[in-house]
Amino acid sequence: MVLGIDDPWIWGAYVGCILVTLLCVVYGILNWNKGGEDEEEQVKEELNWHKKEKDMEEKELGLWDEHDA
Amino acid sequence: MNDLLILSIVVVIYLALTGYVGYVAWRRTKTADDYMVAGRETHPFIMALSYGATFISTAAIVGFGGTAGIYGMGLLWLTFLNILVGIFIAFVFFGKRTRKMGHNLGALTFPEFLSKRFDSRFIQYFSGIVIFLGMTLYASVVLIGMARFAETTLSINYNIALIALAVIVALYVIFGGIRGVMYTDALQGSIMFVGMFILLVAIYWILGGVGEANQALTNLVNSVPAEATAKAAATGFTGWTSMPSLGSPFWWTLVSTLVLGVGIGVLSQPQLAVRFMTVKSNRELNRAVLVGGIFILLMTGTAFIVGALSNVYFFDTIGKLSLQVVEGNADKIIPAFITSAMPLWFAYLFMITLLSAAMSTLSAQIHTQGTALGRDIYETLTKKTGGASVYVARLGIAIAMIIAVIMGFILPPNIIAVGTSMWFSITAAAFLSMYAFALFWKGCTKAGAISGLVIGTLVSLFWLVFEYAKSAEALGIVKALTGNAMLISSAPWPTVDPIVISLPIAFVVTVVVSLMTKKPSKEHLEACFQGVGK
Repeated sequence: MVLGIDDPWIWGAYVGCILVTLLCVVYGILNWNKGGEDEEEQVKEELNWHKKEKDMEEKELGLWDEHDA
Repeated sequence: MNDLLILSIVVVIYLALTGYVGYVAWRRTKTADDYMVAGRETHPFIMALSYGATFISTAAIVGFGGTAGIYGMGLLWLTFLNILVGIFIAFVFFGKRTRKMGHNLGALTFPEFLSKRFDSRFIQYFSGIVIFLGMTLYASVVLIGMARFAETTLSINYNIALIALAVIVALYVIFGGIRGVMYTDALQGSIMFVGMFILLVAIYWILGGVGEANQALTNLVNSVPAEATAKAAATGFTGWTSMPSLGSPFWWTLVSTLVLGVGIGVLSQPQLAVRFMTVKSNRELNRAVLVGGIFILLMTGTAFIVGALSNVYFFDTIGKLSLQVVEGNADKIIPAFITSAMPLWFAYLFMITLLSAAMSTLSAQIHTQGTALGRDIYETLTKKTGGASVYVARLGIAIAMIIAVIMGFILPPNIIAVGTSMWFSITAAAFLSMYAFALFWKGCTKAGAISGLVIGTLVSLFWLVFEYAKSAEALGIVKALTGNAMLISSAPWPTVDPIVISLPIAFVVTVVVSLMTKKPSKEHLEACFQGVGK
């Protein structure tokens, strides 16, 4: 009996949800400053992509995405 | 009527607030360059909340929450997969590669990404068609989720609620920018966070604590009259805190349709995959894992726990199970619980929570549908850009929205969770094998990818039309052709979700065909994989 639940398949899910969330939290903390080493280049790529997408939306599709921020 | 007036005022205030946040963000960052500079200082919360708000719709909260009233806490396996697959694996393994490869290829939509990776225009328009058609169903169940809440909690006529909400969403989309501005998405995510957090604390508070409430739910199966659960028990139901009998129809629906369909299908959701290309750096993805995990736990975890525990609440107070209270329509369980157990102010707050959930999801859906029709289908087939494409995209969005509303009128009760699962399982069958191999296997060929896409889609559709009971019976095609409700009526097949059949077939076909056909050129692979996996 864990948390008022008998079936290990169910409290397993209950506890598993919490554990997997902890995994996300720990991963996030450990890697908080990683992945930004070549940020200059990454940001340039992203900027380029964003411009192209904006062009597509405005010129090709006429979607109303005028204030994407 | 008084309720309606208060609701209108609350909704107007909410829309004004959303509009204001969007406007301030727009004033601050007028050009794409400003956007990037501002973006570099963006809080990681923004990316995660924005992704989470798009991921979690009213379908997840109202539809799957209500379904938990029937299936119980076994549905928490879906929360487990939502976090492990939908956040951790999606961000850490799929997200980073998608981002880099998408940029290498200059792809702007999910079908375009796949098409450029495998050098096939067919992939682009075929995927565009699957997305455009399938998403109409998903948009429809998201609308139904909101309308059912307005109907049950605030006593607004369902049909009026459906139309009014569709109009609000359409206005938001037209005047607020078609795709949720990242800041408005984050605002909506924050509102969802607060609404669901209050609900989680409240239900355990009302029922006397976590252990006590769960224990009461465990004991409930023995205290209710046997006839109340007889029908479910005949198909494998054993209680709300125990797994159904292994291999029973109840078990198959829970495990294959509700848990696996949505739990795995999330990886190849086009509107989510494209988001990875709008992330500024891998660092932002790393940080977003933290916020995203907590957000999803609180969203779907709360919805499923509340759905399951609502049985205890209703049995204690009026001696009925949740499904009896709502006369068999599980889509109304969460709204009914909020009406009975929570103060009126919370019902309004929850309406805003649902509006937020629906708008952030629908605006991303509508954007994806527009690009699927304009860029992926029309431009790819005609080889023309601009011009008529503008009208095709706009008209397509309008038509899709109208069809979604019409479907909201005609779809049967208990449809939200099943409709969502169908969409997730079709996209998984069609795209997941091709998408995973695009990112991780250089040996996957154009012919392999196309075979997996086409066969996965066809097997999935075949199963939905001819074998899967919920859809085959509703469509009636197999009945007209053969006189039987489905092709094989012996258990478990009518309750086995299409994803269980179609996804493995699609994977095998993709691998086998790839091994037999010509490998992509080295130059092409180098261009795709440059800097990927670092």
